[in-house]
Amino acid sequence: MTVQGGVPDTSEARAAILERVRAALSAKGTHYPRTDSPEGRPSDIPAPAGTTHAVTELFVERVEDYRATVVRCPSTGLGAALAAALGEASSVVVPAGFGTDVPGQLLRERDVADVHAVEGIDAVVTTAALAIAETGTIVLDHGPGQGRRGLSLLPDLHVCVVRADQVVLTVPEAVTALRPSVMAGRPLTWVSGPSATSDIELDRVEGVHGPRTLCVVLVE
Amino acid sequence: MSRTFVGMPTFPVAAREAVADTQLRRNLGHATATIRARRTAAVGEVDDWEALRVKGAQAKDRVLADLDTYLLQLEARLTEAGATVHWARDAAEANAIVVAIAKDRIADDPTPEVVKVKSMATQEIGLNEALEAAGIHAWETDLAELIVQLGDDLPSHILVPAIHRNRAEVREIFRREMVTVGRPAPDDLTDEPARLAEAARLHLREKFLRAKVAVSGANFAVAETGTLVVVESEGNGRMCLTLPDTLISVVGIEKLIPTWEDLAVFMELLPRSSTGERMNPYTSMWTGVTSTDGRPDGPQDVHVVLVDNGRTTVLADVVGRHALRCIRCSACLNVCPVYERVGGHAYGSVYPGPIGAVLGPQLRGRQGALEQSLPYASTLCGACFDACPVRIEIPELLVHLRTKVVDDHRGGVPTPEAAARKAGAFTFTKASRLEKAQRAATAAGRLLGRRTHLTRLPWPLSAWSEARDAPAPPTENFRQWWARTRAGDAGDERGPQGEGQ
Amino acid sequence: MRVALFATCFNDTMWPSTPRAVVTLLERLGCRVDFPRAQTCCGQMFTNTGYAAESVPLVRSFVDVFGEFDAVVVPSGSCTGSVREQHAGLARRAGDQGLERAVEQLTPRVHELSEFLVDVLGVVDVGAYFPHRVTYHPTCHSLRMIRVGDRPLRLLRAVRGIDLVELPSAEECCGFGGTFAMKNPDVSVAMGSDKARHVRETRAEVLVAGDNSCLAHVGGLLSRQRAGVRPLHLAEVLASTENAPFTPEGVR
Repeated sequence: MTVQGGVPDTSEARAAILERVRAALSAKGTHYPRTDSPEGRPSDIPAPAGTTHAVTELFVERVEDYRATVVRCPSTGLGAALAAALGEASSVVVPAGFGTDVPGQLLRERDVADVHAVEGIDAVVTTAALAIAETGTIVLDHGPGQGRRGLSLLPDLHVCVVRADQVVLTVPEAVTALRPSVMAGRPLTWVSGPSATSDIELDRVEGVHGPRTLCVVLVE
Repeated sequence: MSRTFVGMPTFPVAAREAVADTQLRRNLGHATATIRARRTAAVGEVDDWEALRVKGAQAKDRVLADLDTYLLQLEARLTEAGATVHWARDAAEANAIVVAIAKDRIADDPTPEVVKVKSMATQEIGLNEALEAAGIHAWETDLAELIVQLGDDLPSHILVPAIHRNRAEVREIFRREMVTVGRPAPDDLTDEPARLAEAARLHLREKFLRAKVAVSGANFAVAETGTLVVVESEGNGRMCLTLPDTLISVVGIEKLIPTWEDLAVFMELLPRSSTGERMNPYTSMWTGVTSTDGRPDGPQDVHVVLVDNGRTTVLADVVGRHALRCIRCSACLNVCPVYERVGGHAYGSVYPGPIGAVLGPQLRGRQGALEQSLPYASTLCGACFDACPVRIEIPELLVHLRTKVVDDHRGGVPTPEAAARKAGAFTFTKASRLEKAQRAATAAGRLLGRRTHLTRLPWPLSAWSEARDAPAPPTENFRQWWARTRAGDAGDERGPQGEGQ
Repeated sequence: MRVALFATCFNDTMWPSTPRAVVTLLERLGCRVDFPRAQTCCGQMFTNTGYAAESVPLVRSFVDVFGEFDAVVVPSGSCTGSVREQHAGLARRAGDQGLERAVEQLTPRVHELSEFLVDVLGVVDVGAYFPHRVTYHPTCHSLRMIRVGDRPLRLLRAVRGIDLVELPSAEECCGFGGTFAMKNPDVSVAMGSDKARHVRETRAEVLVAGDNSCLAHVGGLLSRQRAGVRPLHLAEVLASTENAPFTPEGVR
């Protein structure tokens, strides 16, 4: 392996691995695949109905299950809802393209180009690309209003505004809807509740490195 | 982490010590019971879980059946997206690539360092030790990995590497060790998990903000789009994947999935199987060098190292290759009654538990005594197959590998076990021979008279009778009873052939 | 219907009361039972320890002995699993296509005892009487290899006089595992001790299972502890009636 300009040349390994793969795939032999499965346990949680109302109700329930907060408001009440969600936060950053006026002392995304400038900000307000009801997940594709990735990571409070019509029921629906974002080369961040760990005795603790508080503002 | 798994004893020897460790037994029993209950609940919520398992297995099988094509597709998409793709045949090559890139970026720093997202692949290749040897510190940022690293310990679980430690032990490690590598633990640190997590947050934050190079693995690599996926909980992954200038991702060649839509299946299977959650707190997906609306977002110097390190050998075994479906969820560990009592260290590698017992001897070869003992480190109870989200037939694979271990030794001087099996097979091939052997048993039974239990047996049967009474043979076996009571019945017409030889 | 009993080599040699109970039970239910004396062993102990080549003659012998019967009844979940889940693979591994076909034709007719009673004979109440406190351990191979489900429990619930109590953590392996009990005795005994503790917690007098090998392991631990719990095969409970209460001879 030679290294040029800090980039190793691994073309020899590449050829060898592809050759090994092709040789391996020509191997003969047989296998009886199993077709049995454990007996299904009946689910005691009824499958949610597909109406918009049921989907949003499920979304709220599942987000709250992660010990995240949900604030529900009509579109005319968003300003007040954001004020409530931001509470005591003294510094708040708002991404480019976030359409609503946010009350209080604001920083714009362009003011905090450097990570060290983001560190120390109390709160961030973003929108989302979509949300998933079954899993209580919000997905950011970091388009307008959502900010670059670091922006929603370093502040300790993340307030995320989701419109009710952005909530899909299932993970597969979400993945299909996100295809254009991925094809456009956008990164995705899936967020399900505040950061958490179960690494000590499997005891779940909310709040490690990401925002320790997640507040979803659901606009209906 | 300076400790390694090199030179570990065979499974039964290591296990003997582990089952005698009461603290370990308690920690493991509590942790595995907790996570099993959580998984059962999360899986029970999904109506078509079994159909989902089939889909997961099929997607992985599709990738493996055309792995060369998918690898080239992934490489092309990544390259188009501005990433540099490297290939490594083995651990040494993979380490050399990462070291070369890291050195070039940070060698002149006063304290050269990289931050790491938890990654099984980098543990498998011993990357931290390789970086250390090149004068570069590698900081593990996952809480459990941090506990293992600070405690100069070995991981014992795929998902929760410090599962063998309880909160009191973690507090001691943090108080003693954090000060030696950075921000010390708070003076008033208690053993509450929330306080311990807080200590880790403070300790690592300065490293995240300072580091220029991050190293990650990937849970999935989508061949169609070139997207890498890291599934995590704490936010340490997002930190590493977003803040540094350079990102090097070490990816086993079996981590590919065919299409973007296939990812949905795994995003349902993995969190519910591993942490028993509907969804893990954070998942990051990125495709090469990323920008949002024309502005750079995240590392602009992006490298992906595709690692073989034994995987193509596994692929060449049409039965054994099913182990390459593994998505490292660790559900099989949590349901395994052997793992629950022994923990991860006895398996002698970063891959413990049932999946480790089938992956280890395949990835590393069957030359070592430890590797030969691993396929036997199971009762074949089948709980692992039922829990596996991609339907890896672990019991069948264990038997398959046992056969290979036995076949490896054929031709030489037979072991006592092999000699006994050969003699046994000879006896069982003809009923007349079996009857002769059985007569010896009933004769012994008559000699033992009214004794129903034997409490002490000679070697090698003493392995049984050390803790268990053994039944005394009956004075009349079933065959004799049948002949005595049913003589002339239809069954007798089909009597054993070869009588009177 | 020509019904053959595959006693299994372990039962034949060490626990003859079990296949005798099967004969008693099936005859009481109106079956004519054959015991082809050429039968030996399913080969599981060879297959599962890695001696696949040694198992192949036993697969061949099994097909020869049982091929013509309408049903083969096996009082062991584990041996049933060996026949149904492993024989075809062994034949294929040996490259013997004729044998593989013969195995595939025979295996659907091989039934574990509780499967035969519930699925083939269609009975749940077999007319048994067993006035004892009983707990049931579902053995791994009956549960997760051949998937007998709750058939044994349905049969036990229909037994008159029985006081059937649930075993805590019932579905967890007892730690026997065939060769595992000898190759990894420490872990095997650790698992068995937990199982024995759960059995004692039920205060049952009798521990019932569908595999005598697992019963020998847990029973051996209970015996060493002088726990006063008798391990008993499902067949022996089901064979017992008011007129002919079953009296076990062999003890595990």
